[in-house]
Amino acid sequence: MRKVGVVGAGMTLFRRRLQETPKELCYEAAKMALDQAGLTLADVDMVVSGSAPDAFEGIHMKGEYFLDGCGGYRKPYTRVFTGGGTGVFSTIAGWWHVASGLADVVLVVNEEKMSSCQPHPQSVFAHIWDPILDRPLQPNLVWIFAMEMNRYMTVYGIRKEDIARVAVKNKRNAVGHPCAQLPDPHITIEDVLNSEVMAWPVQRLDISPPSDGAAAVVIASEDAIRKRKIRDRAWISGVGWSIDSTMWTDRDLVFPEYVARAAKMAYKVAKISDPRREIDFAEPYDPFDYKELHHLEGLLLADKGQAPVLTREGVTERDGDLPVCPSGGLMGVGNPIAATLGIKVGELFWQLTGQAGERQIPHDVRTGVAQAWGDLMQYGCVVVMRA
Amino acid sequence: MRVGIIGVGMTAFRPTTPESSWKELMFEAASRAYADAGVDPREDVGSFITCAEDYYEGFGIFDEFVPDQLGAVLRPTCTVSGDGLQGLATAFMQIQTGLLDVAVVEAHSKASDVVTLEGVLEHGLDPVWTKPLGPHAFVVAGLEADAYVRAAKVPRKALDAVIEKNRGNAILNPIAAYGARLDAGHLKAATPRFEPLRSLDVSAPADGCVVLVVASATAARRLKARPVWVRGIGWASDSPTLETRDWVGATYARLAADRAYRMARIRRPGQEVDLAEVDDRFSYKELQHLEAIRLAKPGEAGPHVARGDFALDGRLPVNASGGSLGCGNVFEATGLHRAAEVAVQLRGEAGRRQVDGAKIGVAQSWRFVPTATGAVAVLGVGA
Repeated sequence: MRKVGVVGAGMTLFRRRLQETPKELCYEAAKMALDQAGLTLADVDMVVSGSAPDAFEGIHMKGEYFLDGCGGYRKPYTRVFTGGGTGVFSTIAGWWHVASGLADVVLVVNEEKMSSCQPHPQSVFAHIWDPILDRPLQPNLVWIFAMEMNRYMTVYGIRKEDIARVAVKNKRNAVGHPCAQLPDPHITIEDVLNSEVMAWPVQRLDISPPSDGAAAVVIASEDAIRKRKIRDRAWISGVGWSIDSTMWTDRDLVFPEYVARAAKMAYKVAKISDPRREIDFAEPYDPFDYKELHHLEGLLLADKGQAPVLTREGVTERDGDLPVCPSGGLMGVGNPIAATLGIKVGELFWQLTGQAGERQIPHDVRTGVAQAWGDLMQYGCVVVMRA
Repeated sequence: MRVGIIGVGMTAFRPTTPESSWKELMFEAASRAYADAGVDPREDVGSFITCAEDYYEGFGIFDEFVPDQLGAVLRPTCTVSGDGLQGLATAFMQIQTGLLDVAVVEAHSKASDVVTLEGVLEHGLDPVWTKPLGPHAFVVAGLEADAYVRAAKVPRKALDAVIEKNRGNAILNPIAAYGARLDAGHLKAATPRFEPLRSLDVSAPADGCVVLVVASATAARRLKARPVWVRGIGWASDSPTLETRDWVGATYARLAADRAYRMARIRRPGQEVDLAEVDDRFSYKELQHLEAIRLAKPGEAGPHVARGDFALDGRLPVNASGGSLGCGNVFEATGLHRAAEVAVQLRGEAGRRQVDGAKIGVAQSWRFVPTATGAVAVLGVGA
C-alpha cells in the first residue's frame, strides 16, 4: 500500500451566515490548503469534494456547481456524500485516489452553506426519513438524538452534568481557534444545565450550531512529498468506514456499532492493536455533547458507559492523557456539516505538525484519530494519522 | 494490479414501475449481480458504492437508504454523487490500494417517482447567473446542439440516423423501454423542442437499476470468475459555468478518454476499439462524444452514422444496447448501464444484438444537463 500523507489544510470562518457563495467558500479553503503545502493548482492531479444535502444550498448536483471553486476545472473531480460522515469521509476518498497510484497530489475540499435554507436548515431534515414509516410522525433530528441520548444516559446511569462537561470543555478549547463560531472562555456546567430545553434531555447548549463554511486538505504520495521537499506532513496510516441499517428503530441506540466497525477497520490498516495505548489524541464527531462520549466508546478509546468518567477526571482535557477535541470541536468551532473536515482531519494535521498555535497539545503527540458520523445515526468513518 | 467486472445485474428499464419501489429495484439488480458473480455480499464484498443525487431521489440524505437491500449493513459503503462510471472508477481505485479485493457498484433511476423533473433540473443551473433567467434546463442542450451542429456541419439526416439506429437496436434488447422502428414519416413529424432539437432527439426517462461486481485478478481467480477487465478508466469535468465552457468539443469526454486510453495503452482508438457505448441522451451527443473520444475524426461522426458505419453490422457498432434513446434515460445509472452492456457484449452474451468477436469496448458517460462532467472506461477480455 502506498504511503500517503496530508501536507496542507485550510478552512474558512465558521459562521451562522457568510456572504460568500459556495464556490467562493470552496476557493478560500482550497487556496489556503495549497498555500500551506507550498503547491499550486497546477500540482494537483485530481480533486475530491464533499458536501452534505443539496437542499441546504437549494442547488441540484451542488458538487457540479462548485467544482471550479474547488479547483476541479478540467481535472478528474468526484464528490462523495455520506451525510455528516462526509466531514472525514472525503479524506478517505482522497486517500484512495493517491494510495491506488492513480494520483500523486489530490486536493480535498468540503463545503456547506446552511444559511441559504430558510427559515432554518432543520427543515431539510424533514426529508431524510423513510417516507412511509417515519415521515408521518414528523420527527426532527433533535427529537431522535434526544431518544439516543436518553437511552445512553438511562442504560449507564449517566448524569446530565457529566455530559454538559463536554460542551464546557469544547467551547473553552475553541477559544484558541481563529475560525470558531461559539467559543466561550467563561462557560460553566450550570450555563448548559440552565439553557432552554429543546427535547429532553437535549438542551440548547448541548447542540452545535448550524454554520456556513468550507475546509480543505491536500493529500500527497510519499514520492511527491519527498520530490517536492515538503516538510510539514502527517501520514494517513489507517482508514475505515461502515454503515448500519436504515432501520434505526430496529437497533439499540446505546452503542454505535457502525463506528466500532469503522474503527476496527482503520486500526487494522494502521496496525494498531491496543488503541488506548497507541492513540495519543482524538477528534471524534461532536455535533451534540453526548456524541463525543458515545463516539469515544465506539472508537474503543473508553469502555462502554465510561467516557463520561474520563471526561469528569480531566483525561480528555487538552493537557490530559487523551486530549479529545482539542480544536474545540463542532460544539465550539461550529457545525457546517461536511466542512467540519477542518476541525477533524485538519486539526490532526495541525497538531501532528506542531502548527496548532494556542490549541497545541502541550505534550508530544504522535498518533491521532479523527471520526465523523452521519446519515440516520448509522454512518461511521475513521482516519488514523501519524506524525 | 488488474481489476475486472465479474458480475452484472440489471432490471428491465421501463417508463414506470408502479409495483416496485426503488429499494426493490436495487434488490433485484443486486441479487442478479451477486448470483452472476457467485458472491455473498455479507462475506465476499469489501466495499459498496452507490451513485446517486438527492434531488433525483427526493431525499435529504439518500446515502441512508442504501445498505439493507444491497446486503451492505455494517459494511464499508458510500455514495458517490456522480454517474455510475465514476462509481466504477471509485471501485477500481479502492481495489488498487490493496485495502479490499471485491467491490460492488450500484446506480439506479426511479424517474417515474419524480413529479417535477423539470424543476429538479432547473435547480442544477447556477443560482446567481443562470437560473434567474428562467430557462428550461434543456435549453443548455439546445444551445450546445446548435453550436456543435454548426461547427461540425452535421446535417439533420445524421441526427435522424442516430435516432433510427438506437431506437432500432433497442428492439433487440429485452431490457430496453423505447425500442421502435422509425421511418422517415415519424422523424419528420417530430415536434420542435429546443431548437435545433426535436421531440425524438430527446431521450425519455425510464426506471431501472444496474449493479456491477468488481474484483481484483486474485479475487476473480478465487471466485472462478471470467472477468471483463477494466483496462483503462478516466473521468473529468469542464467548467460548470455556461459562459466559460467548451460548447463544441465535449472537453470533459476528451480529457476522460485521454486518461482511459493512456492507462489501457490504446494509441489509435479508431482502429483498436471494437464497439462503443456512448452517452446519447440527446441525439447530437452521440456524435459529439464519438469525436471527443477519438472514435471519429472531428466533423466525421455525422457522415459515418449516415452511412451506417455505427450500425450493429457496421465498422464500429455504437450503442448496440439501444443507448438512452432506445433504453430510456436512467440518469445516474446511464454510464453504469453502458459499462454493463460492454461487459455483456465482450462475454458474448448479448443475444440478438451480439457484436461478434469484440475484444475491446469503450463505455462513455456524461452527467446530463447542465453539467460538463463525464467518464470513459475501456473494457477488454482475454490476456
